[in-house]
Amino acid sequence: MTGRAATGDHNPEKKRKKRNRNKEFAVVTYVTIALFIVLIGYIGYFDLYRSNDFINSPYNDRQDVYADKVTRGEILASGGQVLAKTETADDGTETRQYPYANVFAHVVGYDSNGKAGLESEENFPLLTSNAFFLEKIQNDLQNKKNTGDNVVTTMNVNLQQAAYEALGSNKGAVVVMEPSTGKILAMVSKPDYDPNTISDSWSGLNSDTDNTPMLNRATKGLYPPGSVFKILTALEFMREDSNYTDYTYNCTGSITQGETTIQCFDGTVHGEEDLTLSFAHSCNSSFANIGLSLNGDSFLSTCESMLFNKDLPCPLGSSQSQFKENGSSGYAVKMMTAMGQGETLVSPYHMALITSAVANGGTLMTPYLVDRIQNDAGTVVTQNEPAVYKKLMTSEEAASLTQLMSAVVSEGTAVELSYGDYSVAGKTGTAEYSSDKTKSHSWFTGFSNIDNPDIVVTVIVEGYDGNRNARAIPIAKSVFDAYYGNR
Amino acid sequence: MTNIIVEISKYILIILFAIYTYKCFSVFRDIDYLKRRSILRTQSGLTFAIHFIAFLVLYLTMDDKPTVLIFYASQAVLLILTISLYTTLYPKASRLVLNNMCMLIVIGFIMLTRLNIDKAIRQFMMITVSIIISFFIPVLIRRMKSLRNFKYAYAIAGIVFLLAVLALATVTGGAKLSFSLGPVSIQPSEFVKILFVFYVASSLWDSVDFKNVLITSCIAAVHVLILVASTDLGGAVIFFTVYLIMLYVATRKPAYLAGGILAGCGAAVLAYKLFRHVRIRVAVWKDPFANWDYGYQVGQSLFAIGTGGWFGMGLMQGMPDKIPVVTNDFIFSAIAEELGGIFALFLILVCVSCYVMFLNIAMQIHDQFYKLIALGLGTCYIFQVFLNIGGVTKFIPSTGVTLPWISYGGSSIMSTAIMFAIIQGLYILREDEDEELERRKALERRRQQHEARAQRRRETVRTRSNDRPGRYR
Repeated sequence: MTGRAATGDHNPEKKRKKRNRNKEFAVVTYVTIALFIVLIGYIGYFDLYRSNDFINSPYNDRQDVYADKVTRGEILASGGQVLAKTETADDGTETRQYPYANVFAHVVGYDSNGKAGLESEENFPLLTSNAFFLEKIQNDLQNKKNTGDNVVTTMNVNLQQAAYEALGSNKGAVVVMEPSTGKILAMVSKPDYDPNTISDSWSGLNSDTDNTPMLNRATKGLYPPGSVFKILTALEFMREDSNYTDYTYNCTGSITQGETTIQCFDGTVHGEEDLTLSFAHSCNSSFANIGLSLNGDSFLSTCESMLFNKDLPCPLGSSQSQFKENGSSGYAVKMMTAMGQGETLVSPYHMALITSAVANGGTLMTPYLVDRIQNDAGTVVTQNEPAVYKKLMTSEEAASLTQLMSAVVSEGTAVELSYGDYSVAGKTGTAEYSSDKTKSHSWFTGFSNIDNPDIVVTVIVEGYDGNRNARAIPIAKSVFDAYYGNR
Repeated sequence: MTNIIVEISKYILIILFAIYTYKCFSVFRDIDYLKRRSILRTQSGLTFAIHFIAFLVLYLTMDDKPTVLIFYASQAVLLILTISLYTTLYPKASRLVLNNMCMLIVIGFIMLTRLNIDKAIRQFMMITVSIIISFFIPVLIRRMKSLRNFKYAYAIAGIVFLLAVLALATVTGGAKLSFSLGPVSIQPSEFVKILFVFYVASSLWDSVDFKNVLITSCIAAVHVLILVASTDLGGAVIFFTVYLIMLYVATRKPAYLAGGILAGCGAAVLAYKLFRHVRIRVAVWKDPFANWDYGYQVGQSLFAIGTGGWFGMGLMQGMPDKIPVVTNDFIFSAIAEELGGIFALFLILVCVSCYVMFLNIAMQIHDQFYKLIALGLGTCYIFQVFLNIGGVTKFIPSTGVTLPWISYGGSSIMSTAIMFAIIQGLYILREDEDEELERRKALERRRQQHEARAQRRRETVRTRSNDRPGRYR
């Protein structure tokens, strides 16, 4: 480089000629530089936004290196209660403790024999220390470990305990969410386990295939939805038939099309009813009748837009719900699907998301479990803010569904919920899941304070056999009561 | 205490390297000779500072302290000798290219010493030999004016070497692409790249009429197809791109470029359908975790880059050894993990600066043959950098090429050294060319002055004779 750029180019004519001669070289250079700018942008994007997914991957062994230098941080409830902490003995051995034991088992997870729940998802922040740098230097000099950051969750201890106790010894799940923000306030799955003793009980827990206590039923359990699915059938009906308010049907206790006969629950005859009453009474015959009129392809696309057959936005691992009806489905499938039987499967968490969208004027907020990460002194490192995930339905549709769901409480199958000093809109369900007709799953999904919804509660109880303690509605009521301070 | 030094050194290294990188580009702006010289000297100083600090950390954190110390001293001597010999033997060589070469070598030494000191020592020897050899190349380029007359020799030699690799790959089931000669293993395709550039340059210098373009394209296609058949995808893509770019620049016809790109896309689709190993690479690129058996290497690489973050873990503080054969193709990930994402981005910019200088040289030479050589080698270099870094960051499917100057591997080092030396040779030629031009201009000016004077004299004579008409009639 000896100043040749300008050599011999004083003549503008010559300069132009030279530029012309080198035009292709310049093109190639600029294109190459552009290519590298894109590459650099990609790497920057990766470091900024994508790297956490990779760092937190359970395949990443690097996380364990941090554990040699950092004492694992705490997991806290939104009220500051400790859900998980590390105690260091005098000899330096660390034990991870879970003060609430089984109550938060599936959400908080565990940190030995692998990782699960938030212990797995938030492993990286828990093992990262954003302590004040002078403190870190001091620790370095004394050869002491730094303290990892604390994860403050959106979990509400009061609601979680209420849901946990209400579910009792039943198998099932409860999900509580705040529809206006997407915060997950409580999530219970039973049977459960004690994360404090996971190492000792490991083989027993994993070999128990009858009860599958390790499975988080709230997000990973897939159940036939039964009548709670009528929310989606009603939505599709509204979309296909703008005169849905004029719909009437005379229920005689059953409906037959071809060789398929659908019975109303307990053979009840509902008589003359419109859409609202059909929904409030959860009339199978009427909904089978509606189902016959629906366009299968359009129903499929509505359900897929409601996240069936899709990965759910979920801060923990979740299963895809399943919806199979389409344009070529026959009568039987159409009738069964409309009332929530057939091949449709859904997770309690997914039902909570759909209910949240209804409660929030059709908009689903991105669900989250971690409110913020803060260092050991309480200084906030990162703060999660509510964000819109997707508009699932129009606000008119949401309002119409809310009106239907209000009727369920005011004059329908969930009338028990109308006695509190708070208003509730919701939908019940009783889903048959085997040839044994005496047993079914009991569902409830709904939200409280209809005008300005506070919380969404979704409950499923497996194997309801007529025993009152195994019904979903009283469990939901306990959670609402706990929220409004009437325990 | 050591922890603090490691922590602080991390930031100092990034700052020093940032200044170095800034100077790589600011030097293009300054026309003043003295200012440039001072910038370029500062760059060498920064290189030595980075080298020193990194090895201080390695000395403190590694077990085999005496070896690290001696190794550091040998590297420093090699660098000092290289710089001083180059600047005395070839005062006209490009100091920026020389500086960047030294900087890249230093980064390679730091990472390799940290990863595997035995390999680093072997690399050191290979670099020493390569630099010694490369000292002779500029003078050869200057002497051998007839390089452009051997186009078929280049093509035949290249194809023969590639066929040998293909035979080897077939015998070993695609596992090996290199020959072992005693302790040294040679990967011929690294050297064929250079022969290929010479072939294309001499052929397209010869003529760019349609017939010759067709013949040249066919011969280039033979190269590419042999590489594809021997599962050297990275090589195939590099050869293809280099040819396309050289063809476009030589013929000045964008239509050839467009046609080539179309043909390339078609070939890519075909390769995807035909070869399982291509499909695997694409599947891994889409989701390394879904194909964990194959995606393991890329997955580990992403963990390394992600975990390192912007500032890195610090030397010896990460786990780059988790990446299989990290010393070869995936060394960029190790750099990003321990020296930091920012450092890694500056590294990319230094490579781009080399390329800009190469193309700058290409643009300033007048001889079309040499222009094409500089263009071809520059494209070859920068595209290899792109394939390597794009591959390990999952920007594009991984193709298994080395990062020039930094990855471990004798053939890669040797061929890169030769490429850089050829470019230096061309740079010196250009300086000669300029001087020649200046000299000719001066001559021309003198001749014109002379003639003007003679003319004036003649005219005076004529005027005088006109004064006295009739005398010559």
